Order: sequence, then C-alpha cells, then structure tokens
Amino acid sequence: MENAFGQPQSIIVLGGSSDIARAIVKKLCAARAQSVVLAGRNQTLLDEAAAEARDYGATTTHTVRFEATEPLDAARAVSACFEALGEPVDLVIVAVGLLGRQLEYEDDPTMAATMATVNYAWPVAALSELRRRLVAQGHGRILVLSSVAAIRVRRVSYLYSGAKAGLDRLCDGLADSLAGTGVTLQIVRPGFVRSKMTAGEPEIPFSTGVNEVADNVLRGLASESRVIWSPPILRVVFFVLRHLPAPIWRRVANR
Amino acid sequence: MKTRLTGWGRTAGSVAELVRPTNETEVADLLGGPRAVIARGLGRSYGDAAQVGGGLVVDNRGFDAISPIGADGVVTVGAGVSIDELLAVSIPLGWFVPVTPGTRQVTIGGAVAADVHGKNHHVDGSFAVHVRSMRLVTPTGVHALSRTSEPALFWATFGAMGLTGVVSEVTLELLAIESDRVLVDTDRFDDLDAVMAAMVEGDERYRYSVAWVDCTSRGQRTGRSILTRGDHAAGDGARRAPRPARLAVPFTAPGGLLNPFTIAAFNELWFRRAPRHREGAPESISAFFHPLDGLGNWNRLYGPRGFVQYQFAVPDAGAATVAEAIHRLAQSRAPSFLAVLKRFGAANPAPLSFPQPGWTLALDLPVGSAALAPLLDELDELVVAAGGRVYLAKDARLAPETARAMYPRLAEFAALADTIDPERRLTSDLARRLHLREG
Repeated sequence: MENAFGQPQSIIVLGGSSDIARAIVKKLCAARAQSVVLAGRNQTLLDEAAAEARDYGATTTHTVRFEATEPLDAARAVSACFEALGEPVDLVIVAVGLLGRQLEYEDDPTMAATMATVNYAWPVAALSELRRRLVAQGHGRILVLSSVAAIRVRRVSYLYSGAKAGLDRLCDGLADSLAGTGVTLQIVRPGFVRSKMTAGEPEIPFSTGVNEVADNVLRGLASESRVIWSPPILRVVFFVLRHLPAPIWRRVANR
Repeated sequence: MKTRLTGWGRTAGSVAELVRPTNETEVADLLGGPRAVIARGLGRSYGDAAQVGGGLVVDNRGFDAISPIGADGVVTVGAGVSIDELLAVSIPLGWFVPVTPGTRQVTIGGAVAADVHGKNHHVDGSFAVHVRSMRLVTPTGVHALSRTSEPALFWATFGAMGLTGVVSEVTLELLAIESDRVLVDTDRFDDLDAVMAAMVEGDERYRYSVAWVDCTSRGQRTGRSILTRGDHAAGDGARRAPRPARLAVPFTAPGGLLNPFTIAAFNELWFRRAPRHREGAPESISAFFHPLDGLGNWNRLYGPRGFVQYQFAVPDAGAATVAEAIHRLAQSRAPSFLAVLKRFGAANPAPLSFPQPGWTLALDLPVGSAALAPLLDELDELVVAAGGRVYLAKDARLAPETARAMYPRLAEFAALADTIDPERRLTSDLARRLHLREG
C-alpha cells in the first residue's frame, strides 16, 4: 500500500524498459517500492531493468512480455501483470511509446498506422483494463507518459505527437471519470529528454535528462497535480507556444 | 455505500463499502463473505488503519448501548459508544473513563484496537488494563474474551488495530471521581534536559503528566517545554458532562496555512502564555484532557495534503533519541505543531500494544516538505536502534521491515490471527502496507 507521502510499495510498468520509466522506478525503489512488475517487448532489456530495480531496493520483480502493435492483447498483458504482482497495485506507469524517425517513413501508411497503434490504441486498451481493475481495488494511481509535443504538434514528429495528443486528451477525461473511485490518474509531459528514444535527434531548448524527469514525477506523485511538467517551466513555455500563429510556430518548431 | 475513507491525517485514502451493522449476526455474515473486512469507529487513527480499499469497512457505531454503571464502577458498553458519550453519562454519576487519549471522540472499540494511553500511563497503564471482558466477532465465530477466557486472543486484540475481528461489546472498570475539575501544576523549562529530569523525578507524585515541547526554535531554545501535571480535585461535588465543541473548521484550509512561520509563531505564543510556575490551578476535564476537542475538524487546518503524526516510544536507556529527534526536526525546518512528550509506565502482555516503559514523543507534521519522508525514515532507524517503536494508530508511512523490527512479537501475533481467520479476510490498508497479517 502507498503511504502518506505518495510513495508506492507495488508498481507495474507498461513499457518497463523505457529509460524514463527506469529512472522513475529506481527512485521509487530507493524510497518504498518493493514489488515491481516490468512489462515490455524486449526480454533482455526487461531483465536488465528488473536487476536494476532490485539493486535499488526492490525485493521481488517480475517481467511480462507483450507487443504494443497488438491492442487486442493489451487486456491480457495487464491481467498478467496484476497476477504476477499478487497484491494490491499502488502505481501503474504507462510508458509505452515509439518515436522513430518520421521523416523516413511519413508517406508509408502502414508505418503511420503502427505509430497510431503503439502510441495510442494499445495504451488506450490497456487503460481500459487498468481502470476496471483499479476501481475494484478502491485505490491506486495511474501515471501516463505523455509529452509536451502533445500540446503543440511539431511537423517533424506529427505521427508520434499526434497520437500522444490523443492519449493526453483522453487521459484528461479518464482522470475525471475516476473522481470518487479512490483511483487517480496523472499525466506526465516531459520536454525533450535525452534518452535512447531520442538518441541522434537534435536537442532543443529546455532539454532534460531522465533523472530530472524522475525527480519531477516523484514530486508530482506527492502533490497529486493532474499534469506533471518536466521541467516545470514548460508549463509556461507551452502556454505561449500553443497560442502562436501557425507561420510563427513553424519557424520556432523547425529551428 | 461506496465511500472514500482516510484517517484523521487525511492522507492515502481508499474507497470501500461502508456498512453499519447493529448486531453480531450481521457482522458474522459480513465476515463470512469473500471480501476483506476491517472495523472503523470515529476515524481518529491518523493513518490507514481503519480503511481497506475494495473491501468492507464495518462502522461500529451501530453498537451503541450503555449498561447501567454498577456500584463498583463496572459498565458494559457497545463498541461504537464514544468516550465522549460514555463520559456524558458517567461523570454526573461520579465515574471517569480511566484512560482517555487526547480526544474524547474515539469509540470504545477503537480504544481497544489501538490500546490507547493517556496522560496517566505512567501510573495506570493503557486501556487494556481496565478492560474486564469483551465480545469479539471473528470469521470463525463469536468469542467472549477476558484474562481467563481465551487470554491469548484477549490480549492479542489490544493494539491489533482491528486485525483480530470486530469488537461488539466491552466491559470496563471506571475510575471514581468526586469533581469534574482537575488541579493542575504548570512548569516552564528552557531546555529539554531540564523537563525530562523533572519528569523522571516528579511524575510519580501525579496521576496525570504531559509536556509540550517546542520543536521549531533552533539553537539554545530548542526543546523548551511546558510541563503540566495534575490530579482529580476532591470533594466539591460539581460533576458536569464535557461540553461539545462550539467551534469547527468549516472547510479544508488552503495548503500551506500551517507552515514553518505560522507554526513557529503559534509555538512562541503558546510558550509565552504558560506561567513559569503555577500550582493547583483548577481546570475542566475538557481543557486538561482534550484541548483539541474544542475545535471540530481541526485536521482540516492542514490543508488538502493532510498531515502525519509521528509518535514513538523508547526505553529510558534510549532517552537520547528524544533529544536527537527534536534536534533533527528543528534542523530540517520540518515544522511540528504540538510536540507532546510523556513518560510511559509498565507495558502489558498485549503483543502489539504500543506503550513500553520509558519515553514517548508525538509530533504533528504537515505533508508537503520533500525533506519530511527521508527525515522520518532516519528517525525510524534511531528508534529501532534504541529498542523503540512507532505507534500503529498514528502511522501512515512506516516500511514493513521497520515495523517488524519495532514489533518483535509480530510473527507470534500473525500466527494467532491465522487461527481465528485462516483466510486472512481481516485486513486493512495499514496491514497490507506493513504486512501485519504475514508476520
């Protein structure tokens, strides 16, 4: 069970080998997290992340495999995570995502569909099953990794950012639907984060590292704010950016 | 009805089905189902003891009968009767509840579950000592418990935070009083060593004793204290029931109302208001025992994020832990309202009862400062090293391995609980967090 400071003891991570998720899990394990289930596609990376969680204090870890290209399999994957944990779940981190290099495949409809599936359809299906299970549990938190890109979609990554925008908006309504259930949902909107997902991409202003994002997330978990910005200044920056006229936005975004 | 429940600290809530049975058969039916069950009284436990997410929370307020008080002061009450309600009946007849915590707004069932202590612990022990017998509904049947009838389960129920079953009825021995006044001696001390020495030297001369310690001022004034000690007045005959609170906090205050500055200002005022030395001042029962009951819903002052109370006990040999805890708190600028210091007398045979001979210190701390969680983890280590423990009725943040180190008889307790509840239906968010049923 989570304690008075919003520190969870049991965690499920969907997309458990994501760098941001791993940084968050490390810090949660250093606090109170003891049981961790990591779900993802690559078993080797999951095993690595599980070993890391144990190094930081987890006493039991499990891994579950799934393919985010198959949304109809999401409920099974979520169920497998709950069963592996075998105790009430305090926190579920939804960190499934695929950025890719859009300019190389943006005219390929199959890839466009894949981007929408992995970044939107699979997480949405998983959230549906999560909602049902956590509401029955009467407590629990969901943390969904969105992106500031969801607030103003950039030309170079509209397939990724557009899907994140859908997920981000959906989660706002989903969070409202959870009022009074004991379950809460928080949306994380990091800026450009240096990680394996963004390796090789040009850095943009207000870039952060995964540890900074994890610090912001831990603070956000304690404060229970709906949206966790990382770094927090981006809340102001994107309030401005989202209102820029398109021609100016294009010049800013393509710099 | 599905309800979101938290403890008095208003942290880490969960949603459960809240039901109010009125007889033992109804409770037995609830315990016979597949769901997790825990009893709840007036919700004065600070943390997550009286809630169980996704389960059934049994509101004990349906057990509300009070028997006539015998000539020997023995009374049988429903577990849902509050100390306030019992005092309203008993004080005019010349009887006092022998152990009352800092608030009258706890049920007798809750007093059993937490094995509450009062300002007289150094003389009179905790609540358990004054209970003759009780009835306990468990998943495997109803038990009539006393020191001679199933003594192991009788004792295990005190301090078990509801994990042995739902108490329906308690027979306890009241204390004869002649007046509703308490004669109080007050002394002010400039540092912690002085007040602790005075308590060691003189507490035995008083039935009631407690000190308030300033944990906000740093440097020389750290640990300045006000010691109040007293006893029931004799013979003036006036015995009125305590009055209900006339003021209440109407809504949750904005976050940060109680911050280092306002708390330090309050502490300064509180300290200056107290006389350096005064003897035999008559005070009402409410003012002396339950000062916070004068302000309803005062927990709302702590804002939407709530607060935690950290209360620990250490043996006399670990007295230095008290000073170290106050020092670290003052250094960290984690502001504490109303730090309360008290000496404990003998422990009782209950495996999970909190009081142990020595010292206890209780600190109210607003949730919000990022430094607080690691600071309290550090204090846990000091307390464990000193052979002490944290009070489960107050806890909202211990780790399971720490709880195990603090309560060495936890495995023994868990094994006993399994005999009356093999399916482990009796559980709570507290028990899940600290693995209390696993031992």
